[in-house]
Amino acid sequence: MLLRVENVIKSYPDTEVPVLRGISFGLDRGDMLALTGESGSGKSTLLHLTGGLDIADSGEVIVDGTDLTPLDDAGRATLRRGTVGVIFQQFNLIPSLTVSANIAFQARLAGRHDAARDADLAARLGLTGHLHKYPEQLSGGQQQRVAIARTLAAGPRLVLADEPTGNLDEAISDAVMDLLQELVAETGAGLILVTHSERLAARLPRRLHLRAGRLT
Amino acid sequence: MSRVILSALLSHWQRNPLQLITLLAGLALATALWSGVQAINAEARASYDAAAATLGEGRYAQITARDGGAMSQDTYVALRRAGWAVSPVIEGRIGDVRLVGLEPLTAPGGLGPVRAGGGADLGAFLSGAGQIFARAGTLARLPDVTAERVTAPDVAPNTALTDIGVAQRLLDRPGQIDRLIVLADQPLTRTPLEQVAPGLIRSAPQEGGDVARLTDSFHLNLTAFGLLSFAVGLFIVQGAIGLAFEQRRPMVRTLRALGVPLRRLIALMAAELAVLALIAGGIGVALGYGIAAALLPDVAATLRGLYGADVAGQLSLRPVWWLSGLGIALGGTALAASGALWSLAHMPLLSGAQPRALMMARSGVGQATIAALLLVLSGALALWGEGLLAGFAMLGALLIGGALALPPLLGLVLRWAEGPARSATAEWFWADTRQQVPGLSLALMALLLAMAANVGVSTMVSSFRLTFTGFLDQRLASELYVRAEDTAQADVIRAVARDHADAILPLLSVDRRVAGMPTEIYAARDHATYRDNWQFLRAVTDPWDRLARGEGVLVNEQMYRRAGLGLGSEVVIAPGARLPVLGIHGDYGNPIGQVIVTEPLFRDLYPEVTALRFGLRSAPDQVAALRRALAEAGLPQAAMTDQAALKAMSLAVFERTFTVTTALNVLTLAVAGFAILMSLLTLAAMRLPQLAPVWALGVTRRSLARLDLLRALVLAALTATLALPLGLALAWALLAVVNVEAFGWRLPMYLFPLDYLRLTVLALGAAGLAALWPAWRLSRLPPAQLLGVFRNER
Repeated sequence: MLLRVENVIKSYPDTEVPVLRGISFGLDRGDMLALTGESGSGKSTLLHLTGGLDIADSGEVIVDGTDLTPLDDAGRATLRRGTVGVIFQQFNLIPSLTVSANIAFQARLAGRHDAARDADLAARLGLTGHLHKYPEQLSGGQQQRVAIARTLAAGPRLVLADEPTGNLDEAISDAVMDLLQELVAETGAGLILVTHSERLAARLPRRLHLRAGRLT
Repeated sequence: MSRVILSALLSHWQRNPLQLITLLAGLALATALWSGVQAINAEARASYDAAAATLGEGRYAQITARDGGAMSQDTYVALRRAGWAVSPVIEGRIGDVRLVGLEPLTAPGGLGPVRAGGGADLGAFLSGAGQIFARAGTLARLPDVTAERVTAPDVAPNTALTDIGVAQRLLDRPGQIDRLIVLADQPLTRTPLEQVAPGLIRSAPQEGGDVARLTDSFHLNLTAFGLLSFAVGLFIVQGAIGLAFEQRRPMVRTLRALGVPLRRLIALMAAELAVLALIAGGIGVALGYGIAAALLPDVAATLRGLYGADVAGQLSLRPVWWLSGLGIALGGTALAASGALWSLAHMPLLSGAQPRALMMARSGVGQATIAALLLVLSGALALWGEGLLAGFAMLGALLIGGALALPPLLGLVLRWAEGPARSATAEWFWADTRQQVPGLSLALMALLLAMAANVGVSTMVSSFRLTFTGFLDQRLASELYVRAEDTAQADVIRAVARDHADAILPLLSVDRRVAGMPTEIYAARDHATYRDNWQFLRAVTDPWDRLARGEGVLVNEQMYRRAGLGLGSEVVIAPGARLPVLGIHGDYGNPIGQVIVTEPLFRDLYPEVTALRFGLRSAPDQVAALRRALAEAGLPQAAMTDQAALKAMSLAVFERTFTVTTALNVLTLAVAGFAILMSLLTLAAMRLPQLAPVWALGVTRRSLARLDLLRALVLAALTATLALPLGLALAWALLAVVNVEAFGWRLPMYLFPLDYLRLTVLALGAAGLAALWPAWRLSRLPPAQLLGVFRNER
């Protein structure tokens, strides 16, 4: 199993009740899963825990055989570099690097950069004509495609996408999702997509719904 | 991986060169300020030393022929061989110019135009035809002589200095010496003078040497202001680094989210900063010395002049100056960056960028609390602290507390100003100004410290000047001081003075213990010399009249403080002689107590003491004739000191410290102005979301630019207003607390309102100039950029 989440509980100092209250689920390679729920239901928190961006209070998060709970900062950083790829709602591109450098960045960090693969991804995501531009020179949809290319160029086993089309209009959003699904399917990675949108969630074969910190 | 991370970190600077320039400029300017102030301080010290050294010849004991005539050079050689550390001097006249021949290898420091170890000038001074040092006017009056003429503005008027061999040749007195200066440190094993040269006598040092203690105090205060300039620099570095980190926070978050380990990231950022600090430090050291040299145009003349060798060495940027400058840059950067790196290390990976104003507001309460605590601590140390360490701790607490208190105080004042505002624009202006304070706070703190330093330096240097001149007027009021070897020679002096001088003031004193401390009891003749020149720290009405009637005594400050005396307190100066204190006078060079009584009373109490030293009053143009008459009567030149000329000379040299003050003003305010400029430029981009709605609501870009300019002036004016009391408090702390702890006497503090006004205008000018470019850019901002704020799509 690619991902196993067991009875995870997570709370924050400024909240009275835990954000996540005993979450358990699993994900196999090649699986694609939509994680939906109201604002504040704990979707992004769960995504961050599975991506090693945050630590659970209790329970287990096992990614590709590695339990994240006992890992220190360096250990979780290694996981984020090599195993997991996160696509953020706000893109989180590095504004001072060109599109080309942004796409290659995570793969170079992970030590498995492949220029041919970068070029292929850029071509399929319609970014070939923008490789020497800087993020600020691109539209929101183009920036999100750069973020997707960056994640996939690093060849992660698990792709986590946090509202990746939240800032885009419907038409661009559909186009981006088509590409994301297609490319993830090709790599055989697992995908968890956090979204508010029923329409986007309906595109994926599996769905988990969070309400007040519990899966329903 | 490190290379990938570094490429991302460095790409930020490539894309944002202005931010890199801001950081480098901040670091370089802080270093420049430090190294520049060190150079300026060195110059100030040298100026002051020169002023003191002009009086210095009298500080040394002298050996002369018993009959007042010349001695043989062989006698000098014999004395040196017998272990005496002495230096020969020959004097004479060429035309109407006084020619003094010195031996630079043995002359005490500060007396000659060049010194041993001073470099190439020494060779030229000694070799061949030799060199003659004098003021330009004096050189012009010199008859045709075979020696190179060198202009030296620091040599006393109508005096020319040269090597003793050259002087012997020009005066046609080969192998002759007039006197020998006895250096302070003498070997204990030397043969007694009577055995080596029975025809010579040794005379004691004269008045005027006490200036050295005043000099020590001046040096201490300049050192304190050197540290203050470092604090100004530190705030600028803190501002530059804080902004650089603030700007890269999103990138840091992204890098960490993409799997960059925190430790590696922090280490690489620290290494990056260290490299930048070294580059900026190198630029800063060179810049600092360049600025110092440019601001002190007479430095070049000084190099070839009185004490040039040492200063020339410093300005040639010796390795120690480079290293200390780079050390300051690295240390200051480490100190300033430690907080930013700590905050970065503890930044939650998932935290959104908190609004800057909110963060600042949260930390603002803590900052105000720390500021209040530091100011209370400073007050407590001023009241109850003891020792030099407590004095400096008080100074530090006052400085940091004052700087930290600035943003909360500005917030309060701006909130108060917002109240009466009626128009919408005015309301927005004050609210927006308040919102800008956190972003500008470090630059404003730097301006506050820069202004406070300037107010403090101006006050300190001017107070020193007044004290120095007052002290000289008090102690060296007579035009000529003469010293007799015995009562017969004293009678000769009195006889000559009756015909050639306006007044003769016997200098009578005796050492006794008074009020439990070693004390010099000194007789004052009832004469205008004392009444006109002596200044009291505290006195009863008509102190001189009452002193002349024998109704009391005057005591110096040291005795007043240490013996806990006050006006009216009675002191016992001799058995049965108990007299009240009529006045307390400043006596800055004297380590012991002093009691002044009227001359008749002194003679009654100590009839065994006879006057062998005299101050002779004369019209300045009659001094030369008086001197000639005394010489003709058999008094050796070494027994006569033209203190008035020396005093005028030392004051002229001391005036250079004002050039130093101006240089310091220009330097610190320019640096603070640059810090404001950089902050404004950096904030300009961040401010667009605040300005765009106001622009959209109908305020033109030109109006917004004008308001921005006005905002900078308002903030600078408020900062200047708060800097004045802080600067005065600093000067007071140095003069009245640190100085007392270090030397046991307090320097009077004088206020110079016009200087402060000029400084305020300068500070407003610096802030206005700094705001001009950002305001101009704002007035020309393309509307598309403002509209970009409203775009939904990023």
